[in-house]
Amino acid sequence: MVPTHYYLILSAVLFGLGVVAFVFKRNIITIFMSIELMLNAVNLAFVAFSQALNKLDGQVFVLFVIVVAAAEAAVGLGIIILIARNRQSLNVERVDLLKL
Amino acid sequence: MNAPLLVFFVLATMAVLGALNLILQRHPIHSALSLIVVMVALAGLYLLMGAEFVAAVQIIVYGGAIMVLFVFVIMLLNAGVEEHTNASKLAGIAGVPLAVALMGFLAAAVARSTDTVQAAAQTGAVAPTKALANLLFQGFVYPFELTSFLILVAILGAIVLAQREKA
Repeated sequence: MVPTHYYLILSAVLFGLGVVAFVFKRNIITIFMSIELMLNAVNLAFVAFSQALNKLDGQVFVLFVIVVAAAEAAVGLGIIILIARNRQSLNVERVDLLKL
Repeated sequence: MNAPLLVFFVLATMAVLGALNLILQRHPIHSALSLIVVMVALAGLYLLMGAEFVAAVQIIVYGGAIMVLFVFVIMLLNAGVEEHTNASKLAGIAGVPLAVALMGFLAAAVARSTDTVQAAAQTGAVAPTKALANLLFQGFVYPFELTSFLILVAILGAIVLAQREKA
């Protein structure tokens, strides 16, 4: 039996690495992937709490998070294709329409 | 060291190394493959926790559908190695200590708060997939139906975004 806080610490570490990737990366697709990494870290915490409390509500929430992630991926990748078509670049620093 | 703990450490190492590789790789296709490693390792952890259905959904939807979509878009756009500017190096200098601090605070807060969780935990077999289905289609049936609208809106949004403008 693995203690629950091991899972939670792993979840925190994965979330932190997702934040690092979000800050570091300049490619818009990789930034999008780091968001997926953070969602996965949250899912791990949900399942860990679900196991620790012996309740299944956490696992149901994981399914909802996966649905939202799939919807987000569909819309987000559509936006990425649009940006790539309009700017001929995937670098987020080139997407500066709202900058003064 | 008992077997579940050993499996946990192997899978956790796989997940953390995959996440690190996602950051270190310069080419988006390598980052995508690293993310698939993380997702498979997490599916293994879900199996270890007795959440078989979530593990299957993780492999099928995340590892299968979503990551295939990512790889497809990377190939479609012919994404190359990312370029770095002075501003992005500055973001790295400022961002890494802040992110490490965030990670530390999260891990510390989580490690301290689990005492209450351990106290509330009951012993007993983990409920199987059937119990999950009962909960999903009885207790959470209204949110479950609402997600179908969410997906419908997402499909419409993706079609509207991706279609070419009429000449």
